[in-house]
Amino acid sequence: MSLLVVSQLLKTYGGLIATDHLDLAVEPGEIHAVIGPNGAGKTTLINQISGETRPNAGRIVFDAQDITREPAYRRSLLGLSRSFQITSVFPELTVLQNVAMAAQAHAGHSFSFWSPAAAERSLTEPAAAALDQVGLAQRAGTRVANLAHGEQRQLEFAMALVSRPKLLLLDEPMAGMSKHEAEGIVALLASLKRSYSILLIEHDMDAVFALADRITVLVYGRAIACGSADEIRANSQVRDAYLGDEDAEA
Amino acid sequence: MARQPLSLRFWFAAAFSLLLALVPILAPLIGQPHYVTMFSRIMIFGLAAVGLNFILGFGGLVSFGHALYVGLGAYAVGIMSFHGITNAWAQLAAALSVGAVAAVLIGLVCLRTSGLAFIMITLAFTQMVYFLAVSLTQYGGDDGMPIPARSDLGLLSLDHGAVLYYLIFAVLMLILYVAHRVVHSRFGVVLSGCKSNERRMIALGFPTLRYKLSAYVISALICVIAGMLLANLTRYTAPAYLNWVASGDLIVMVVFGGVGTLFGPVVGSAALVIVEEALSSFSLGLPWGMDDLISTHWLGLLGIFILVVVLQLKRGLYGALVAREQGSN
Amino acid sequence: MTWGLFFTQALNGLQLGVLLFLLSAGLTLVFGIMNFANFSHGSLYMMGAYFAAAVYGWCGSFLVAGLVAVPATLLLGVIVERVALSRLYQRNHLDQVLATFGLILVFNEVVRYIWGPAPVYLNVPEALSGTVDLFSLPYPAYRFAIIGVGLVVGAGLYLLIHRTRVGMLIRAGAANGTMAAALGVNIPLLNTLVFGLGAALAGLAGLMAGPVFAVRPGMGESILVLALVVIITGGIGSIRGAVYSALIVGVVDTAGRAFLPGILREFLDRSVAQAVGPAVASMLIYLLMAVVLAFRPQGLFPVRHG
Repeated sequence: MSLLVVSQLLKTYGGLIATDHLDLAVEPGEIHAVIGPNGAGKTTLINQISGETRPNAGRIVFDAQDITREPAYRRSLLGLSRSFQITSVFPELTVLQNVAMAAQAHAGHSFSFWSPAAAERSLTEPAAAALDQVGLAQRAGTRVANLAHGEQRQLEFAMALVSRPKLLLLDEPMAGMSKHEAEGIVALLASLKRSYSILLIEHDMDAVFALADRITVLVYGRAIACGSADEIRANSQVRDAYLGDEDAEA
Repeated sequence: MARQPLSLRFWFAAAFSLLLALVPILAPLIGQPHYVTMFSRIMIFGLAAVGLNFILGFGGLVSFGHALYVGLGAYAVGIMSFHGITNAWAQLAAALSVGAVAAVLIGLVCLRTSGLAFIMITLAFTQMVYFLAVSLTQYGGDDGMPIPARSDLGLLSLDHGAVLYYLIFAVLMLILYVAHRVVHSRFGVVLSGCKSNERRMIALGFPTLRYKLSAYVISALICVIAGMLLANLTRYTAPAYLNWVASGDLIVMVVFGGVGTLFGPVVGSAALVIVEEALSSFSLGLPWGMDDLISTHWLGLLGIFILVVVLQLKRGLYGALVAREQGSN
Repeated sequence: MTWGLFFTQALNGLQLGVLLFLLSAGLTLVFGIMNFANFSHGSLYMMGAYFAAAVYGWCGSFLVAGLVAVPATLLLGVIVERVALSRLYQRNHLDQVLATFGLILVFNEVVRYIWGPAPVYLNVPEALSGTVDLFSLPYPAYRFAIIGVGLVVGAGLYLLIHRTRVGMLIRAGAANGTMAAALGVNIPLLNTLVFGLGAALAGLAGLMAGPVFAVRPGMGESILVLALVVIITGGIGSIRGAVYSALIVGVVDTAGRAFLPGILREFLDRSVAQAVGPAVASMLIYLLMAVVLAFRPQGLFPVRHG
């Protein structure tokens, strides 16, 4: 049974169709990449899955539950974690505090007014473990405003992972990364394979072909192809619309 | 995590609090007994500013309408006293209940918006309650009404200025301590997260509205308590306690004291009240009738001062200490 | 209740609506385009009234007073914007609220210093001091004139915003300021223009309100809150919203105050109605605002943002 099923998703802004009757499915344990030219509606798609944007029509079913009408925060609690294209964290807090905040969201309600949150081991220990997992442990006490761009991206991963989500929605995690930083992220995502299901929006073709089990190609809000990396590379429609002539690239 | 060493601002706050505690003893000694009243006012408005700072400084929501709750507290005491109910606990229960209901209803409407709209709506609701108070002719209408007796605490009589002073002092210290615990609790952490990056908070799984509403209600109730103490101090309640100038004053106190610090609003309140007292009774013997000009139109001077400070200074007097600390981390 | 009374109150409501529109139109643009919390707008309205009263005091002509007061208010607005307020556009709303709050205090005290705290009077111009017969009920000609001026200004604003290049730039700025700047629009100049336009409208409103309401310190703030209600219900940055909701607020407020106590007396005990009536009437528009916000938090005619 698919973990995430998107059926006939439609999103319009006035006369513009951002998502055009889109069908997409993510299987448990797979890395499913979504690629496409700029303006294809990739971020709009993630926003509808995570709940930031409401679609005009269509259904989103996650883990056998219809979440089309669910508010964004509930989807996160159901196991849907996301990262943002432009890093979105808490700059005045420390790295550990950021991840602890993410842990706190999934640790019951926060109507606790008396005990200091910083002393709660049930929050700080998973946070520290998540930082270990992404390789940011040595920066735990640093204020996020002082982190490098790549480190902030790593932090976002830690925040997404600490709650042990079922599905990770990653919006262009390679964006703005240097070659070295991008390699680090590819390695990290490779290590997450199988333990987590991932829906990955990306432009970086090397990363996509290295990581993805399946690839969906989005053009003007429609999925024009879906298949394995080889199938997509061979697909002439995709070549015309997006990839261009592979021989000319080299 | 190890406990942070006590910082410079803690010692400043402790020293200031000690000074406050000694006022009723020192004031008559230096021949200025009215200082007890003045510092009572400082503490009361400081308390209201602490309440406002809870959602403004820590929550990032600029409410231009918190004087509404101060007025609510004052009118609760006034109206109940008018009808013969002077028991302090009964008044407290009534004021907190009405205040909570009002805060929930108003908060639910206001918190659907953010930014500019939020500021405007909070101001609009304050004016609404202001006009309501003005139209209550049996409770004094526009002029307000005197309160025959101070609240009856049972064991203590508040008729003596010093007793009321220490009650206010105790309430202020208690609420500061409670605020300190809340700010560092899970709830406080969520609140600061909402201020910092609400989009992120929602994506993480926090239903932010209920936390913001709770913070709004808590801050409102602190102002209600301040209003009750104000009515007791002045033995008066009037619509003027909840007009937009009063709301603006609270914002000035919070900002001048240092937004987002616990003790800052008290410092800001002291600054504003002392400036007001000093200017409105200005008599240094300046030429060209300047003494008169200053003491009559001191509000204008305050306005200029606010403008200049906002244009130049960004962190407030007390907040500068916070900034120095954070920079050294 | 007669038709005459009904129409009189409706016209009064329309007249208040026009004043509110003049005050809100410029302000909603400042809120929407510059995202600037300008709470001192009411002070410009007050200065317009005081300028007019002063000039009228010297020369006795309402027309001259108007011809001086409106440009003077515009100039004052531009000066305040250039000297102080434009430095606050990039600051957070808290700083803006504080600064404009300080400005309100300054303006009120300046006015108190120059003219004293007592109300100053501005008389209705001779030509309009008569009445017009409306369904055999006399209605003050001057109030009719206010409505007339409002219609003319409203039409003019519509033409400006929707039919001129400047208006297009203003709409672009309201929809997406960053993009407009990126496309080479001189944003600081546009801001000053919008601010000046708002100041002129506020001055005009002050001039016309002078004979109807008292010209006194603090008059700006009482009407400013109504303008804020108009802007919130209409939609921040939306002139169309300002038009409709100004009229609605003006009519609801006037009619509410006039008829609600009477209506309540039909249903409730007399003493209760006596006590509650005026209170509820004064709260009516705020309740209306709350209801609108409950269903459409962005207002009735929100600007669509790019």
